[in-house]
Amino acid sequence: MLVAGAAIGPYALPLGKILTVLAGDRSDPQAATVLLNIRLPRVLAAALVGAALAAAGAAYQTTFRNPLVSPDILGVSAGAGFGAVLGILMGLPVLGIQALGFATGLLTVALVLGLTLALRGTGQVLVMVLCGIAIGALAGAGISLVKLLADPEQQLPAITFWLMGSLAGVKRADLVATLPALLIGIAPLLLLRWRIGLLAMGDDEARAMGIDATRLRLLVIACATLMTAAAVSMAGVIGWVGLMVPHMARLVTGPRFDRLLPAAALIGAGFMVLVDTAARTIALMEVPLGILTAVLGAPVFVWLLARGARPWSE
Amino acid sequence: MILPSRRGFAAALLALVAALPALAFEGRTVTDATGREVQVPDDPARVFAAGPPAATLLYALKPQAMIGWVSAPKPEALPWLRPEAAGLPELGRLTGRGDTLNLEVLLSTGPDLIVDYGTVSGTYVDLAGRIQQQAGLPYVLIDGSFAHMPQGIRQMAEVLDVAERGEALAAYAENTLARLDALLAGIPDADRPSVYLARGPEGLETPARGSINAEIIERVGGRNVVEAGTDGLATVSPEQVQAWAPEVIITIDRQFAANVGAMPEWQGIPAVENGRVYLAPSAPFGFIDAPPSVNRLAGLIWLSHKLYPQAATGDLRADVAEFYELFYGLRPDDAALTALLGD
Repeated sequence: MLVAGAAIGPYALPLGKILTVLAGDRSDPQAATVLLNIRLPRVLAAALVGAALAAAGAAYQTTFRNPLVSPDILGVSAGAGFGAVLGILMGLPVLGIQALGFATGLLTVALVLGLTLALRGTGQVLVMVLCGIAIGALAGAGISLVKLLADPEQQLPAITFWLMGSLAGVKRADLVATLPALLIGIAPLLLLRWRIGLLAMGDDEARAMGIDATRLRLLVIACATLMTAAAVSMAGVIGWVGLMVPHMARLVTGPRFDRLLPAAALIGAGFMVLVDTAARTIALMEVPLGILTAVLGAPVFVWLLARGARPWSE
Repeated sequence: MILPSRRGFAAALLALVAALPALAFEGRTVTDATGREVQVPDDPARVFAAGPPAATLLYALKPQAMIGWVSAPKPEALPWLRPEAAGLPELGRLTGRGDTLNLEVLLSTGPDLIVDYGTVSGTYVDLAGRIQQQAGLPYVLIDGSFAHMPQGIRQMAEVLDVAERGEALAAYAENTLARLDALLAGIPDADRPSVYLARGPEGLETPARGSINAEIIERVGGRNVVEAGTDGLATVSPEQVQAWAPEVIITIDRQFAANVGAMPEWQGIPAVENGRVYLAPSAPFGFIDAPPSVNRLAGLIWLSHKLYPQAATGDLRADVAEFYELFYGLRPDDAALTALLGD
């Protein structure tokens, strides 16, 4: 998938040329620019974003024991979106926009968790989700307000495009800035994937096996939020991947989280590279990723529903 | 409290009745671009422009009749505007999707006419009729396309009852377009550069051919590399721009213009290699669009010098100064011109 993504693009580069450039041949500077500065960072970014969203979705679905959960259930996408459009409104440089989106995404979830704590509902998933919906709605209102205040000639289109999700402007620097957050987010999930899998059986069972369900759940939420915020701040709001890919992975591996997590991350990466390759090649214009993932995602999701519910834990 | 005498009241009533036919017959009937016949008052003194293009044209034609802006001029635009108009309040937007103007707020400012200048499509035609009915105010829509500009200026001037001023501006527009056509007649197709219009800090938002935001590129003889059939804004990838290899890049984003030379993904594009990335001036109104109105005449002059540096005739600075004096009422001095146009 990565190779296909690297080989396909609007600037015609034969496969042989790609290989020579990768081998260090700089005789064609234009080809090198296209490949090394534009196409490869983008393909890698797509893979990372897809893996992050899918892994976060799988983690959320397992810990909340709910198949309809996606990474933005606690408002992280809306929060990051609000920060980013605020950054666009203030005319920040691109990295500033990303940083602000990242920060507000984390802040939103911190706010949700704090609220849950204040309501003494730490152990109660429902309270947490409801708080997430409420704060997410607030962030959504904030986005609308920013749109209203934005300059309709220049800022409003930028905000609209950003909210639909795109990797068109990704550079190497963005990758470098985002990678640590993604790694820090996924490492604990991978290391603790056995224990997290036990959460799916219910808090009481998990406790009986010597696991502090509340603390573990908070850790999972923190990791998944970190990854989602990093992905959203780089690529904009991309729906469906975090909801749908874990289901696809579940068809392959079954519901065990220790197998589900790596499968979801891999399928997410492949799916996102595929979607992004389509986004930059099916028309001269970029097709926003949010549109493509929904167009591809909605039918698959309905099909999954039609197949009937699968067991949620073993 | 002093009650009006019965006789005084009767006299007032009589005066009112006497005035009624006069009210009904005062004013003129004009047919606007929608084909509707609209009763407009003589010498309208309080006019609201429904969208940014109309606001710019209204400012150029009859600034003393403006009652507010659709969106307030940015701070950097203020020195370029007549002080009495620059300080007018921001009322909001009436045209297009998602109005931000409350009709009650508009009516409380006491307008006697609403004008709009821009796209004539089913939506806008319908909107004009609806607002006129709802607010009880005449609403005139004039075609704002480039091809129609001199007539558009004349029609708007007639509606505003400033025919003489309109004739001056329309003649200027005709003259500018004629000079451009004479210039283009001597330039073969092969010498007309391909142009990419970059928007946004990354330069990746672009209007396609046929978009009103890019209309000026075609008018000045440039070949917009974005041939896709949409007529709005789109995002493209830097790889796509590499494949297009535009010879000239025009941008309205200061940040992009400053950074493009150092952005690795833009290297190798002919326009960047040859230093032909131009930042369009934007005060008080944009040269390319923002809004797509008569302000684009200045952009036309500017672009003819940027696209055809050898063939272009006339003095860019003097021509732009003349345009500013005629349309905006203030003649920029040398320092202001340098700030506006660069060196």
